[in-house]
Amino acid sequence: MESRDILILAIESSCDETAAAVVRNGREVLSNVIASQIVLHTQFGGVVPEIASRKHIEKINQVITSALAKAQVSLDDITAVGVTYGPGLVGALLVGVAEAKAIAYGAQKPLVGVHHIEGHVAANFLKKDSLDHRPDLEPPFVCLIVSGGHTHLVVVKDYGAFEIIGRTRDDAAGEAFDKVARAVGLGYPGGPKVDQAARKGNPHAIEFPRAKVEGSPYDFSFSGLKSAVLNYINHAKMAGDKISVPDLAASFQNAVVEALVSRAVQAAKEYGYDKLAIAGGVASNSALRAAMAKACQENGVEFYYPEPIFCTDNAAMIGAAAYYEYKKGTRHGWDLNAVPDLKLGER
Amino acid sequence: MIILGIESASMVASVALVADGITMAEYTVNFKKTHSQTLLPMIDQMVSMVGLELKNLDGIAVSGGPGSFTGLRIGSATAKGLGLALNKPLLHVPTLDAMAYGFFGTSSLLCPMMDARRNQVYTGLYHCESELEILKPSCAMDIRELMEEINRQKEPVILLGDGVPVHQVVCENCLNVPFSFAPAHLNRQRAASVAALGSVYLAEGKTETAAEHAPDYLRKAQAERELEEARRQGKMAELAAGHSVGTGDNS
Repeated sequence: MESRDILILAIESSCDETAAAVVRNGREVLSNVIASQIVLHTQFGGVVPEIASRKHIEKINQVITSALAKAQVSLDDITAVGVTYGPGLVGALLVGVAEAKAIAYGAQKPLVGVHHIEGHVAANFLKKDSLDHRPDLEPPFVCLIVSGGHTHLVVVKDYGAFEIIGRTRDDAAGEAFDKVARAVGLGYPGGPKVDQAARKGNPHAIEFPRAKVEGSPYDFSFSGLKSAVLNYINHAKMAGDKISVPDLAASFQNAVVEALVSRAVQAAKEYGYDKLAIAGGVASNSALRAAMAKACQENGVEFYYPEPIFCTDNAAMIGAAAYYEYKKGTRHGWDLNAVPDLKLGER
Repeated sequence: MIILGIESASMVASVALVADGITMAEYTVNFKKTHSQTLLPMIDQMVSMVGLELKNLDGIAVSGGPGSFTGLRIGSATAKGLGLALNKPLLHVPTLDAMAYGFFGTSSLLCPMMDARRNQVYTGLYHCESELEILKPSCAMDIRELMEEINRQKEPVILLGDGVPVHQVVCENCLNVPFSFAPAHLNRQRAASVAALGSVYLAEGKTETAAEHAPDYLRKAQAERELEEARRQGKMAELAAGHSVGTGDNS
């Protein structure tokens, strides 16, 4: 290990994944450990905050120890500890924050708090493995952030410097996936289930509305689409018609993807950036990736996307974001608190 | 032998260092700020005040519950993180045991009670004349049932904890044994008690690894209780409808 290497031990516990990672120089993932609670929450039809918090405390030391072991480093080798401090479920965040603070304090390392969504954006900086020779993504670029809780279109002007140019006015894209999946009995989590079902369906079978937000060309709205899908299902049920789940999933997904891709590519062109990245859980959706790649190619925009494992909640992305924060001189005190509604770009 | 005590099960944030039978430092705050903001800065200030090198700690004693779920987890994660970084054992001290241990040398019955809402308290019954004797281990119970249980003990009782101001009238109306409420310096959690009891545990070898440790909440999460209730009612409805309920996984 080169002595000028900067190694971040990163911890993430904002929702239902307990995660830790070791990242070298913001780009190289030495380890990325995720303990998922998804099976546990499935029986409740969604994440139960108190149960998520309890599982975090049971698993967190094992996850961190495993991340250090897989990276073949000790705490002594670590330069700084990075941790997600918002946004997210407050009880869940608090476990990671208290743990990270105590480790940093005990090991006498600096502490760097990270915004969860900035972490998702930073997932685009991570190399897949040592054979990944794609050019490094560097700011400025436009980034579309889509997850269960967030739908943002931002200009990443520099590392850790964001300008929000569009956001959802109602539901997040991932939330719409979850609700539609539940309505047609595909279950939780909705994103991957709809993606899979849609592969066997016709995306043009059902015409669902594409909402535009008056006067805000880059804002999103998914509640109208969600209602249209639910209405379609109710009408079919009342008429006694059989619903083709693959067709419905494909048509719904197509409507979401079209809304996301058109705005993102339009923003890149209008703001004059030749690089576009996607981030967040929905960024692993295969239809979104395919449509975005095609639209970017047609418009002469370079398209960047994280590996699927870095799209889901993980700590490697927090390590990447923490690295650039660390380089900028960001240090948090032992009084760092969890901020469940932390705004993007807020410090 | 130096033990760090951590107490955050209720509104009280408290940290202490107990070294070879002496409380070297104790820092207790019962104020609005969240434990997340106060606990580690308090440890930091206390440790630098006495010039302690953290690597010289022998163990970390943590108030392990019951109490506020979030409060417990902040203390627990702090202890686990320190245990991981310093490679030290943890000592899981039941919160109510530590509260009773503060009354060493008293002949009365000791009843710490923490408000658990819904007319319940987290409580236990203790003697602590020459050592801590647990008559009734930590549990959540109805305040009136607790009063009956104390009356059955037929001995003077000292009541303490944040359940007292909530249920003082019930205590006064229901108890028929001599009772008293503990004064300000003794009626809430203190980390010195946690650390002192923790040092007894350490001597007895009652340690946990930092990885193993998790709080004892004594209560399931609300969603779990509701799910169990729904399943129970579903089964009863099935029984009432005359269907047989299987014993396998498909029931």
